[in-house]
Amino acid sequence: MPFTTTKSAFWAGFRDSAPFILVAGPFGMLFGVLAAEAGLNVLEALSFSLAVFAGAAQFTALQLMQEQAPTIIVLVSALAVNLRMAMYSASLTPYLGAAPLWQRAIAAYFVVDQSYALSIVKFEAEPDMSVPQRMAYFLGTCGIVAPLWMAATYVGALVGAQVPDSWGLEFVLPLAFLAMIGPMLRTPAHLAACFSAIVTALLAAGLPYNFGLIVAGLTGMIVGAQTELWLERRKALHEVAR
Amino acid sequence: MSQFDPLTLWVVIIGLAIGSFTLRFAFLALMGNRTMPAWLMRHLRYTAVAIIPALVTPLVVWPSSTNGVTSLPHLLAAVVTLTVGLISKNVLAAMASGAGALYGLLYLIG
Repeated sequence: MPFTTTKSAFWAGFRDSAPFILVAGPFGMLFGVLAAEAGLNVLEALSFSLAVFAGAAQFTALQLMQEQAPTIIVLVSALAVNLRMAMYSASLTPYLGAAPLWQRAIAAYFVVDQSYALSIVKFEAEPDMSVPQRMAYFLGTCGIVAPLWMAATYVGALVGAQVPDSWGLEFVLPLAFLAMIGPMLRTPAHLAACFSAIVTALLAAGLPYNFGLIVAGLTGMIVGAQTELWLERRKALHEVAR
Repeated sequence: MSQFDPLTLWVVIIGLAIGSFTLRFAFLALMGNRTMPAWLMRHLRYTAVAIIPALVTPLVVWPSSTNGVTSLPHLLAAVVTLTVGLISKNVLAAMASGAGALYGLLYLIG
């Protein structure tokens, strides 16, 4: 029985990730195209996607390398963009932490925005899921997206230089991120976090080495957490008053 | 077409691979099944909705396709994408509306 339910959990994750096909496909291809335009060959572009498997960090590194930034700046900035992965990892730990270490190591490789977003919503909604089921669901969310990301990078790198600049494909990346954020804004605290992060990102844009991103991200997190606390306290006060 | 020195490129790829995996594995490896303190979880809940807008905002306001010059079509396309996503809760609808708005406006306004 548990095997069947673990298997069905995998397929549930697989199905839930379907909308991200149209995100990972263009993203991966875009990375391949931009990498090819920057002078990477197909093997280099594909190795990049296989080894790093983190869209935003890959784009950040590519951008900075084209600007001839020092290697250490490229690494620090791209890893700063990826700091959110550490936070995702911490946030998944209460749900996946009891799994064997080797499974957690495999899962760690697959921690990306999509797998995290889908899984955390599922785990919060269904607290009765077993740890193997959660792990299966989590890996299922990467069942299409991860291979697609690699394949799309490959195709993009092949197509590469043939795409004219006039298509303005660069803006697909911000649009895809924005499309993901909208559905995540479920409470006033989410909105407060998002809005304060946007304002801080604009104010802190002048900071070097992508530091503005970290400052804005942390500001958004603190504002979101404080808004949540404030709303809870207000609700509690109302109940006491009644 | 700019060419990177292959050594630099592989240092970046391997460095990012090790760094990213470490960031992703750190908590999953060390924390085991201990629960995280409430204040930490409360902040972590807002990671995605804070970091992603922070990442996207400069790309929207100073798009690379215009060499960093603020552009009305890009701004409006971003607003359309976010609004449709917020109302419909549908990633694909948001993406399609945003892309439609961008290319429509670029065609109309230039």
